[in-house]
Amino acid sequence: MTAATVVMDKSAPTRPRYGSMSRDRRWALRWSYFFLVLFAIFFLTPPLYMFITSLKTSAEISAATNPWWVYHPSLTNYIELLTSSTYIIFFRNSAIVSIFVVCITMIISVPAAFALARMKFWGSAVLATGVFLTYLIPDTLLFIPLFKMFAVFNEWTDIQLINKWWVLLIVYPTLTVPFCTWIMIGYFASIPKELDEAALMDGANYRQILFKIFIPVALPGLIAATIFAFTVSWAQFLYPLAFTTSPDQLVLPVGIITTLIKGDVFNWGQIMTGALLGAAPPLIIYAFLMDYYIAGLTAGATKG
Amino acid sequence: MAQVTLRKVVKKYDEVEAVSAIDLDIADKEFVVLVGPSGCGKSTTLRMIAGLEDITGGEIAVDGEIVNDVPPKDRDMAMVFQNYALYPHMTVYQNMSFGLRLKHFPKEEIEKRVQEAARILDITDLLDRKPRQLSGGQRQRVAMGRAIVRNPKVFLFDEPLSNLDAKLRVQMRTEIKRVHQKVRTTTVYVTHDQVEAMTLADRVVVMNRGRIEQIGAPNFLYHSPATRFVAGFIGSPAMNFLPCRLEQAGDGLNVRLSDSIAFAVPAERVQRYRPAAGKELTFGIRPEHLTEAKTNGSKNLATFDAGIEVVEPMGNETMVFFSISGTEVCGRIDPNAGARVGASMKMAAHLDHMHLIDNASGRVL
Amino acid sequence: MVDAAISDVRELSTPAKRTGMRRMLQRKSSIAFLMTLPLILLIGLLVLYPAFYAVHLATLNKSMQRFVGLSNFTFLFNRETFWMVVRQSCIFALTAVIFKALIGFVVAHFVHNVPANKQRRWRGILLIPWVIPPAMSTLAWLWLFDPSYSAFNWILVHLGLSPVAWTGDAYWARFSVILINVWFGAPFFLIMYLAALKSVPDQLYEAAQIDGANWWQRIWFVTLPMMRNIIAITVLFSTIVTFANFDIVQVLTAGGPIDKTHVFATWAFRLGIQGGDIPLGASVSLFMFPILAVCAIFILRDIRRRGNEAS
Repeated sequence: MTAATVVMDKSAPTRPRYGSMSRDRRWALRWSYFFLVLFAIFFLTPPLYMFITSLKTSAEISAATNPWWVYHPSLTNYIELLTSSTYIIFFRNSAIVSIFVVCITMIISVPAAFALARMKFWGSAVLATGVFLTYLIPDTLLFIPLFKMFAVFNEWTDIQLINKWWVLLIVYPTLTVPFCTWIMIGYFASIPKELDEAALMDGANYRQILFKIFIPVALPGLIAATIFAFTVSWAQFLYPLAFTTSPDQLVLPVGIITTLIKGDVFNWGQIMTGALLGAAPPLIIYAFLMDYYIAGLTAGATKG
Repeated sequence: MAQVTLRKVVKKYDEVEAVSAIDLDIADKEFVVLVGPSGCGKSTTLRMIAGLEDITGGEIAVDGEIVNDVPPKDRDMAMVFQNYALYPHMTVYQNMSFGLRLKHFPKEEIEKRVQEAARILDITDLLDRKPRQLSGGQRQRVAMGRAIVRNPKVFLFDEPLSNLDAKLRVQMRTEIKRVHQKVRTTTVYVTHDQVEAMTLADRVVVMNRGRIEQIGAPNFLYHSPATRFVAGFIGSPAMNFLPCRLEQAGDGLNVRLSDSIAFAVPAERVQRYRPAAGKELTFGIRPEHLTEAKTNGSKNLATFDAGIEVVEPMGNETMVFFSISGTEVCGRIDPNAGARVGASMKMAAHLDHMHLIDNASGRVL
Repeated sequence: MVDAAISDVRELSTPAKRTGMRRMLQRKSSIAFLMTLPLILLIGLLVLYPAFYAVHLATLNKSMQRFVGLSNFTFLFNRETFWMVVRQSCIFALTAVIFKALIGFVVAHFVHNVPANKQRRWRGILLIPWVIPPAMSTLAWLWLFDPSYSAFNWILVHLGLSPVAWTGDAYWARFSVILINVWFGAPFFLIMYLAALKSVPDQLYEAAQIDGANWWQRIWFVTLPMMRNIIAITVLFSTIVTFANFDIVQVLTAGGPIDKTHVFATWAFRLGIQGGDIPLGASVSLFMFPILAVCAIFILRDIRRRGNEAS
């Protein structure tokens, strides 16, 4: 009898609890969706508004109708921009700079990461930490001394660095290489030691171990690092603003801001179109390689 | 096909000696197993043979040629790792042919060798798979295949079966033995499992604390261990060790285990043990040599009464546990002998198989 | 140099026979050194040298011909604008990081609540602000905040409220800068927290539930302690990035109205590059260093500790 009552006592309050728990969960889910939609609106408003404005003609913009709606969609902004030689030059400069920077970054950081992860040598641990610290030094701390350094360099060698697009190839790697090296060290270090020993026994030298084993095995990390290097170079604003001024040397972000914003006549349809097209390459890469992108993003803090 | 010779090989990590002055001769086509507890230096020794670890002192020679400074890739050895170390981005075929491709073998030769090895290991169907699609046992076979195709002078195995479950481990053990009988390559095999060592080896090298305790054929080690460590390490369940005292008894000698239990040392061993008379020693005897007393007792049997404390039936035999002067002792008896917990039982010690160990040196007398 | 010295010592202590092996090891370490040489040069010439060069520049006069000691700094200390910039930089960074962290934490929970097969899509949508180059997205905000055509004001007016001078009024301009910072940075927190949430084993929540913990207690006693590390490191990272941010303020207000939104980076740019007073600009940017150093030390400590746990 006593045993039975004990069981009764226990089961009685639990039954309704189960019911309420699943009801709680349903409500939690509904609220989650509600707030997610709210936040999604908050996060997506600027890019959507870019898109809306980009479809409007100057006439419609200045008519001050409902700004959230396009009454006469038109592609004139896109056509004008894509046929304008200055915008094409900005886009080309950006593309060349970013692609070169990605290559330079990989050429510097992959072998360095391999050496730091696997070939212990004097000072390698200090250097690895130093690489990470370098990543924490922002561009805003360095642009003034770099500007002056390039000016002094010009006096010494007569080589003009300021106001040439390729000066960016020198300064962008300071932003990309430390982080890429750091996450590649993490990826390389996670490869089991036996794998390179097996390759050593199979007769591989260090170059072959790097190219035939490490790079293919750590390919996801390499892709993440590449994406990072590309998006950082594409988005960089301060260095080109400080170091380049002639329209034919500008990259996209600076080009749009300094040339499309002409005095008080804000041609917002074109500016938004230009900004949207400028944001397109990173967005497209993100759309197709989201998982690598996120892996690279979280790697900095979770690896190593 | 090669002999491997180790002369006074030493390995130090920052003044800590992992391997101290090891001498070992491995004959051509021999299967040698290095066995010992973890941290005994067996893996380090293997890795020094492979060239993955540099040598602090001494020398290692292959076919009489000193290879101390030869990098691993030029030693012509192949190694099978504990976690297989298969290249995850390559297919089985590419994994097995990697070493040959690095050495620029002709395509037909590579194809021939891989197919041959795959046939030996029965993995022909798996050649196009990636390692992650394989089970543990299959990965182990591929790792062996990668070693076989190279047709190296020496095979090195570093605890290759530790990651497999018990059943598969037994199966792969047989497989390794079968492969060795087929290809007859000199093999050095490292394990912490004494059963693996016993079943696979032509000769077993028992290591402890960076030193070699004893080298010998499996059965020899089992029956004639040189040290207490070897006696305790080889064999399962482990040998019983009891503190004892060797006493003079007229012409002969007595082993006294307790106030009530003392055995006469077999006559043919008296000469051997005489110098240790009067000393405190350790008496060692394997469980299978502690059986129930039978009526038709052969000679050199010493009988005594034991109060059974635990009975573990195994089917074909029964293990019984009892104590002698506070030390737990394991005996192995016939399942039909009728052992009962709490009951007293007449036990017999087969003194032909006894060992006496010097406490100070740990050596078997 | 030191490498060679060490190997010399070893050679004395071990027989001459060892030289071959030593040579090979030395070769290995010199290969490794060569592989890291470009990295070392890059860091040395383009990061470390300019960092110290900035200190040197900060001690020169405007034409950079004369050493003036700390007079650039005393000049700054006596200017009202400087203290405004200090205050604004700190307030922007502090407020923005707090809101980023809160929004990131809350939204991460919402995404975590959603069925697993839909999480990827939500995560994809919510990370978009982080993907767009900030200079580009700030342009969109600038247009949303436009004095005469503001799309936000259009809504406010239609709701019967009065329009807001988003970038014209000092306080609204500061609010706008913080808003964009939060908008841009919250997704980063979201992603980090989501990764951390996924790493908390479900059994812990089940065990807490069996122990009778309500949802608040579950967050307080299970989620937060398990995520403590990642929250700390994300906050530190974000503090550095936000504190040193240039793009958003430069594009949105360029420091205006009347320097009321300047931060160290934009003011240094105004003085150093646009105003041509490089030493003064360098002095301003150097003030970012202490805060960055403090954050860096904490991050490094965390990474060291985790490195030790791993090994």
